[in-house]
Amino acid sequence: MKIIVLMKEVPDTYGERKLNLETGLAERGAGEAVLDEINERALEVALSQAGEISDAEIIVVSMAPESAATTLRKALAMGASRLVHIADEKLVGADLGLTAEVLAAAIKRTGFDLIIAGNLSTDGSGGVLPAMIAELLEVPYASALTSVEVTADRITGSRESDTGTMRVAAPLPAVISVTERFPAGRFPNFKGIMAAKKKPVESLTAADLDVDPESLDTPRSIMLAVAERPARTAGTKIVDEGDGGEKLAEFLISNRLA
Amino acid sequence: MTTFPEDSILVLLGTTPSGELTKSAAGLLGAAVGVGTPVALVVALPGQGAEAASEAGSLGAKHVLMAEMEELSSALGVPVVDALTVAADQVQPDAILITNSLDGRDAAGRFAARKRCALAVDAIGVGRDEEGVLAHHSVYGGAYNVDCAPTFGPLVITVREGSIDARAEAVTPTVDVLDVKPSGAAAAIVESFEEQTAASTRPELRGAAKVVAGGRGLSSQEQFALVEELADVLGAAVGASRAAVDAGYVPNSYQIGQTGVSVSPQLYVALGISGAIQHRAGMQTAKTIVAINKDPDAAIFDVADFGVVGDLFEVVPQLIKSLSARKG
Repeated sequence: MKIIVLMKEVPDTYGERKLNLETGLAERGAGEAVLDEINERALEVALSQAGEISDAEIIVVSMAPESAATTLRKALAMGASRLVHIADEKLVGADLGLTAEVLAAAIKRTGFDLIIAGNLSTDGSGGVLPAMIAELLEVPYASALTSVEVTADRITGSRESDTGTMRVAAPLPAVISVTERFPAGRFPNFKGIMAAKKKPVESLTAADLDVDPESLDTPRSIMLAVAERPARTAGTKIVDEGDGGEKLAEFLISNRLA
Repeated sequence: MTTFPEDSILVLLGTTPSGELTKSAAGLLGAAVGVGTPVALVVALPGQGAEAASEAGSLGAKHVLMAEMEELSSALGVPVVDALTVAADQVQPDAILITNSLDGRDAAGRFAARKRCALAVDAIGVGRDEEGVLAHHSVYGGAYNVDCAPTFGPLVITVREGSIDARAEAVTPTVDVLDVKPSGAAAAIVESFEEQTAASTRPELRGAAKVVAGGRGLSSQEQFALVEELADVLGAAVGASRAAVDAGYVPNSYQIGQTGVSVSPQLYVALGISGAIQHRAGMQTAKTIVAINKDPDAAIFDVADFGVVGDLFEVVPQLIKSLSARKG
């Protein structure tokens, strides 16, 4: 079974994250770059389910600049079988539609039985790509799963919807996304790191996938303006001298907040 | 058949299993009326459409397209997208607004991919310039404001829950029944469903006007009750920092931050939260921030409008007492 895990490199949320105010693009050099944590959880789901399935091959698919290669290698060290890395200057600043087209094309080319994604990335917080990919690949999508069981021909799982909890099922091939309820990704051990060096990495461009990023035929979302929000400044700070609660109550009441 | 205005904004309204419109409906229609004529698509189970349609009118939908679909409860996501596809073909809207909930994102993603429309997600507002409709976003935890628009065609926009204050005036809508032929697109099957029974009368964290959040400073699961007590006095939702969630004081769904829920309430009260950048990213767009922490150097004070350096186990009970007394 071919299990595709969608992964990406994001700026570490514990560090400074910047947008370039001229181009609107993320400043990749501004802080640490890491694998998105929710993607590590998705990979962990694949790794933990793989034991139950015969002939499981876990393939990480990522659309990211060349510079992300080192970050992505961590996924191989964690236990993924191989990496498909789509890196192309022409894809810089790709919108959701173009990203979905590129990823769907790469997945189709690789072949797939199950695609596992995180439910929401920490940088874009879009949460729509797995649905877009499911539509483009014409397969079922079970989103935001909090538990999952994978068998040779189907998945079942729990899904926390907006109004309640449901049990869902889908025949394979299918796309699923997982939430933070799943355990964090494992730490690569020394053996994993050594093994990763020998694992195959396939580099692809948009042209390899027959996608033209510059085509004007498909509507794209474009950024018109970007502005930095003025930083918040500290207001009143008092040290409690036995009446801190009362002073705070006064503040809330005088500002009509209580 | 009704002809729809040139400046139509198609608004997808979902229903709860009991047939009411989901809470985000008022904000979506409020956003739509600011940029065009709101045309609502109401997707409901058989027998529930008419009431939902009139509710949509009371929230400002000038026209309502009503799709009653049996498969809504058994096929995950796809029936809504099928209905949206038919509605969009009829209405030819300038933009399509969908709530940025889980179900909303699933519908928006599939629809945009199916119809090859430009997609803008998690907008906090919509606007219009001479070229058409555009979406306003607040990204990287509120650090940047970004506007985007489509190169051509309608823009599909998911709107962050609770981000729109504007409301449309009530109208009596024209209601058309929408005939939806299933696309046959593969969907996951819903085998069973358990409706969330509201465990408390507290508002939901997403979209709440007031939030009281607790951190590691609460020290234990039992003592976290203090956060809930203050929340109840203020009529606020309860949230938590990641540290409090990791320590097991509260479930994962309470987590506020870059991973977790992003909130922009009128009032945010942080109790025993140090204010790691990751947490601030999820709450710093709050209108007013109040913090209590015993560490005078805690980063949360850098963004707080009113900070109290002190022991929260002394300050908060006094605050509760004081607020309760003044409320009489």
